[in-house]
Amino acid sequence: MANSTTTTLPAQTTGAALMRALKSFALLRESWVGMFGAGIILLWALMAIFAPLLAPYEPNATLLAYQRPPWWPGMEVAEGTPTFLLGTDHVGRDILSRIVYGSQTVLIYAPLATFCAYAVGILMGLAAGYYRGWVDDVLSRIADIILSFPVLVLYVIIIATFGASPVNIVVAIIFASSPGIMRIVRGLVLDLRNRDYVAAAQTRGESSWRIMLVEILPNARGPLIVDACLRLGYVIITIGVLGFLGLGMPPPDPDWGGMVNETRQIALAFPHMTLFPCIAISSLILGFNLLADGLREISLRD
Amino acid sequence: MAFKFDEGAPVLEIKDLNLSYWTRAGEIPAVIDFSLTVHKGESIGLVGESGCGKSTVAMAIMQYMGSNGTIKSGSIKFKGVELTELNEEELRHLRGKHISMIYQEPFAALNPSLTLGNQLKEVLITHEDLSGAEAYDRAVQMLTDVRLPDPERVMAAYPHQISGGQQQRVVIAMGLMSSPSLLLLDEPTTALDVTVEAGITKLIAEISRKFGTSQIYISHNLGLILEVCDRVFVMYSGEVVEEGTINSLFTWPKHPYTHGLFGCIPLPTADKNASPLQPIPGQLPLPHERPPGCNFGPRCDFFQDGRCDRGVVGMDSVTGTSATDHRVRCVRWTEIDYGAEVAHGEAKQPMEFGDTVLEVDNMQKYYEVHDRSIAAIISGESVKFVKANEAINFSAREGETVAIVGESGCGKSTFAKVLMGLETATEGAVRHEGKDIAEIPVRERDPKQIGKLQMVFQNPFDTLNPSHTVGGQIARVIKKFGVEQDKDKIRDRVMKLLDIVKLPRDFYYRRPRQLSGGQKQRIGIARAFAGNPSMVIADEPVSALDVSVAAAVTELLMEIQREHKTTLLFISHDLSVVRYLADRIVVMYLGQIMERGTTTEIFDPPYHPYTEALLSAVPIADPEVTKREILLEGNLPSVLNPPKGCPFSTRCPRKIGKICDEDRPPVQMASEGHAIACHIPLEELRRVEPVIRVPQEDERVHVKEASA
Repeated sequence: MANSTTTTLPAQTTGAALMRALKSFALLRESWVGMFGAGIILLWALMAIFAPLLAPYEPNATLLAYQRPPWWPGMEVAEGTPTFLLGTDHVGRDILSRIVYGSQTVLIYAPLATFCAYAVGILMGLAAGYYRGWVDDVLSRIADIILSFPVLVLYVIIIATFGASPVNIVVAIIFASSPGIMRIVRGLVLDLRNRDYVAAAQTRGESSWRIMLVEILPNARGPLIVDACLRLGYVIITIGVLGFLGLGMPPPDPDWGGMVNETRQIALAFPHMTLFPCIAISSLILGFNLLADGLREISLRD
Repeated sequence: MAFKFDEGAPVLEIKDLNLSYWTRAGEIPAVIDFSLTVHKGESIGLVGESGCGKSTVAMAIMQYMGSNGTIKSGSIKFKGVELTELNEEELRHLRGKHISMIYQEPFAALNPSLTLGNQLKEVLITHEDLSGAEAYDRAVQMLTDVRLPDPERVMAAYPHQISGGQQQRVVIAMGLMSSPSLLLLDEPTTALDVTVEAGITKLIAEISRKFGTSQIYISHNLGLILEVCDRVFVMYSGEVVEEGTINSLFTWPKHPYTHGLFGCIPLPTADKNASPLQPIPGQLPLPHERPPGCNFGPRCDFFQDGRCDRGVVGMDSVTGTSATDHRVRCVRWTEIDYGAEVAHGEAKQPMEFGDTVLEVDNMQKYYEVHDRSIAAIISGESVKFVKANEAINFSAREGETVAIVGESGCGKSTFAKVLMGLETATEGAVRHEGKDIAEIPVRERDPKQIGKLQMVFQNPFDTLNPSHTVGGQIARVIKKFGVEQDKDKIRDRVMKLLDIVKLPRDFYYRRPRQLSGGQKQRIGIARAFAGNPSMVIADEPVSALDVSVAAAVTELLMEIQREHKTTLLFISHDLSVVRYLADRIVVMYLGQIMERGTTTEIFDPPYHPYTEALLSAVPIADPEVTKREILLEGNLPSVLNPPKGCPFSTRCPRKIGKICDEDRPPVQMASEGHAIACHIPLEELRRVEPVIRVPQEDERVHVKEASA
């Protein structure tokens, strides 16, 4: 009996984990809103991964000496010039290729920044909610101070001081969003710390950090996953806004916010140059928001 | 809105009611073939375990089934008016005026942002078009009727300003405001302390006499039903399995389920060694997995192939004996002779106690409370002490069960925290296996020592971490206490622990949400016993479980204790459970020990007046047991401002005078080990009559009938 159970253990656990993952995905399928959101995100993710295959041209190459509008059926073009599906920008670069490559920037730095902000926010929130007392007072006041600044001003100050680079953008986002995450985590911990299983862990002499990370944090994951999806959307907006303000990724590499900024003065004459990057930004944000809605709907149901 | 009531008709007549809920899994029949008649002034009890459909019946009477509940067939007539045919507008006039409902949690039933007076008056202003002044007078009168002292003050108060027992009285007053013909009470005292519960139960029993209100009383507690009702309906898995007058059903239970329920309650006749509880085997079937034929069939000792699992089992009238108006849903009720079967579980040898394992010597725990108001700082009284535990003295030997009994706020949980090292004592010593641990917090204790002193928690839904597997959680404890280090050995030990708590080994991979309440509590016990403890603290381990599950868990706990010679410190508010399983009892009130002694010493005179009141408050599900009625007046004093003398002096019915208010009561030794902290001389306490009188076996009605 004991032997037979011993041998089946690894298969059971990995199998069970796989089954659980499949089950949560099956649950998401019941919310069409969530599925639609997940679909949009998946589309952009595939585009970022297969950018070299999907992009028709080199994103930074000047291909034409003049601007060209997006392609339409029956469009007349000069002999021997290539087709540009979404047209070219003010310096003659292919907009489609720049959007495709630009998705790489967004989909690498937005999740990275969000993840780091969560790491910081969760640790602060756990400590504040679990220890209470002066730890809570100090951390909460720091969070209040940061949150009392207008977010945009905060970004501009940080990036203007340290210079526009991917690392600084990530640091700025961590600084500005971790207090909000901390507050959510702290609220959840205040409730969870009173559960009997936490008392059980305390009475067997577990260390505080083990209790916070192993006993409390996994039970807070539901609301945090929903919040993470929404927050990813905000971070994408932030990266877009920073690009637009000229504080984003350094040129000439494609950056959606930057593309809007570079062409905004000629937007009335050539709307396609600003319109397509804008659609890219908002569709990705929409994807994350819909996914968050779907996840929330599912979590409320069960 | 006027209803055409037929005053001659019964207050409520339910016929062949079938209710279903629609869920994602499909249609779930919640109540099947339910019939009930309530006459004027009658009190009906609905008993059953969770999920039996008793609350659904109440909701159906209120026509408040929610969006997914429907009445499939049958009729509900209130004074001749068919409720299932009324529209929303008509129902609004009916609810609260003709039919009122009282819920379990008084605090949740009252609006915290309105004064109680406004909430009470609203009933009359809405339903009877009274002016504010008239409504005020009626409300004050009603508060006097439910025996609330100082009704004018209560009218001006907000819900949080009065105690839980007073809140429930206000809720009852609100229910009675427009003189309804029918009152539905859904577990109205479950959230209250026993001594408070006794007062509310008495009030509810008086109401039908005084106002002629009919009542439907829903409860899981057979003892309470006995005290307040005239007739009782026992429900199981959506069906009524037995109904009858209180006397008939409690004296001659005919259905095996009813009979089984009585075997699960620690009645005064049960004894942990001579006649232990007999849990009902198996589990309640899920609503969509009910067996064919009798729902109770798979768990029944009298199950017969081919008869119990065929067709629909109908209600049958009980004839013979002295039973009147008694019906049962069982095909074999005439054949079953409970007297011939072994009435109780297997008798066991009493335990032999070994050396002293725990010794508590004058332990004190004070909490400092800082008042940061300016007035307090100026007057120099900014630090106050909450005396959570004061001068706690007792000891426990190997294999012994010591119970700490007391109502909320008596300091029993604080004491457990000090033992576990979550708090440290302010003064005194707590010696566990000879080592003083009173001032060593858990983090500084040796893992082996921690493993020797473990705890079973109260709430089964909270005791296991929902994010980890059952096996992982037990394995962690084994590793932490250093019992085993090797991975395979740890797993073997987890499997053995699962065997000990009688759960299948594949529970190792389960998550807590896949377990029932009783199974979770078993895992909680397995976890506590993982480090081979010499002592286990059980904080109300079965109070949140259904009766039949509670009996099984209690028996399991005692079996493991017997096998491992573990000392059990059982914390509870329920004296009937404590009487059943404890060898010695410590009665606490406001942080102090009022009385301690062996179980017989506590249950027989001399009593401390508080013990006397506690004993009288516990409902006993046996109509032939007689109790002396002692009702406590007033509320529990605040721990921040306890009485100067005896803590019980403010509510004591035997108070002898000023000395009780001003001096600490002396600890008097009635015999070796039986201590009573009271000013009343022992001789006088000895003359007190016993509170509970249990008839001898040959005095019992059913025994007399059988021999006649």
